[in-house]
Amino acid sequence: MEETTFRVGDRVRIKEMYPDGHHRTTYFVKGKTGVVNRYFGKYKNPENLAYGGDGLPLRELYWVEFDINDLWDHEAGKKQDKLYIEIYEHWLEPV
Amino acid sequence: MAHSHDHHNGGHVHHHGDHPHTYSQDPSAHNARMQSDDAYREGAVKQVEHDLDYYQVRMMALMNVLREKGLLTTDEMRRAVEEIYGQSPAIGSRIIARAWVDEGFKERLLADADAACGEMGVDTTGINRVVALENTDTTRYMVVCTLCSCYPRQILGQPPTWYKSFPYRSKAVTDPRGTLKDMGFDAPDDVELIVIDSNADCRYLIIPQRPAGTEDWTEAQLFQLVTRDSMIGVGDPLTPEQLEEAVQASGQAT
Repeated sequence: MEETTFRVGDRVRIKEMYPDGHHRTTYFVKGKTGVVNRYFGKYKNPENLAYGGDGLPLRELYWVEFDINDLWDHEAGKKQDKLYIEIYEHWLEPV
Repeated sequence: MAHSHDHHNGGHVHHHGDHPHTYSQDPSAHNARMQSDDAYREGAVKQVEHDLDYYQVRMMALMNVLREKGLLTTDEMRRAVEEIYGQSPAIGSRIIARAWVDEGFKERLLADADAACGEMGVDTTGINRVVALENTDTTRYMVVCTLCSCYPRQILGQPPTWYKSFPYRSKAVTDPRGTLKDMGFDAPDDVELIVIDSNADCRYLIIPQRPAGTEDWTEAQLFQLVTRDSMIGVGDPLTPEQLEEAVQASGQAT
């Protein structure tokens, strides 16, 4: 098994960063806490690719699961409803 | 290709504002309203024509630059365009129909969708990773790209306009059940609805539930039931009755 920074089942917080330029972390998950539910492997970093870079070093990509009602101030769905989103390792911190 | 950045309408969005209708019994008011509607329509048509011209001219200018610089030939561009238009949701429907009749294939599709697509002769090398997700009685998935319009084009063709629209992209994550309702589909209260934000390297294919009453159907018959929307997760496949109605309606039309 590949050694990864995070494991399925880990509770993680999405870093609340607002870097200039392209990134694929949507604002509505920043600062929110979710659970890693799948590891996809290592992929090129889009924040570097977007500006003609080689996308290296590769970044671990995780699927992070949120209760959809934890993402908003209003009731966005039923209590069992979820949002899954792909997050690169450098946006995650352990909780 | 590492990533599909498909940001549409960049900086060229037109908003026409509200167009309130006031209803009156007064015939002259009615006529005035009709005239204003005509003027509105005429304006809207002119705007669309202007936009088409704008993008057409911009595209041709870009193609000419690429040609002149020797980066692409006319033939290469023609082939690329043909390839794009050759992609259609029928590719996905074929994969789903196979998954419905072949449990082993479905397991492989869920475990490694790229390899399973390859088995069916579907080339997904333009996608970093295809992920297949199965709807059940208790879990339903729906897909959105809140950032732009990421979509498994090699499997489903070009995304529908609504998929790229701001209302879908924002409402799908803030009120997913309301979004489905807008699209004519009621998610059962007790089902776990999972919204997938297709924001990075994966592209998603939903395996909808096989409709009831199709137990003895062949793969080729089942193929006809698989709709594009059911593979995005915003609707169900056709029922046998709906397919029958559709067949009759198209028979009457020709």
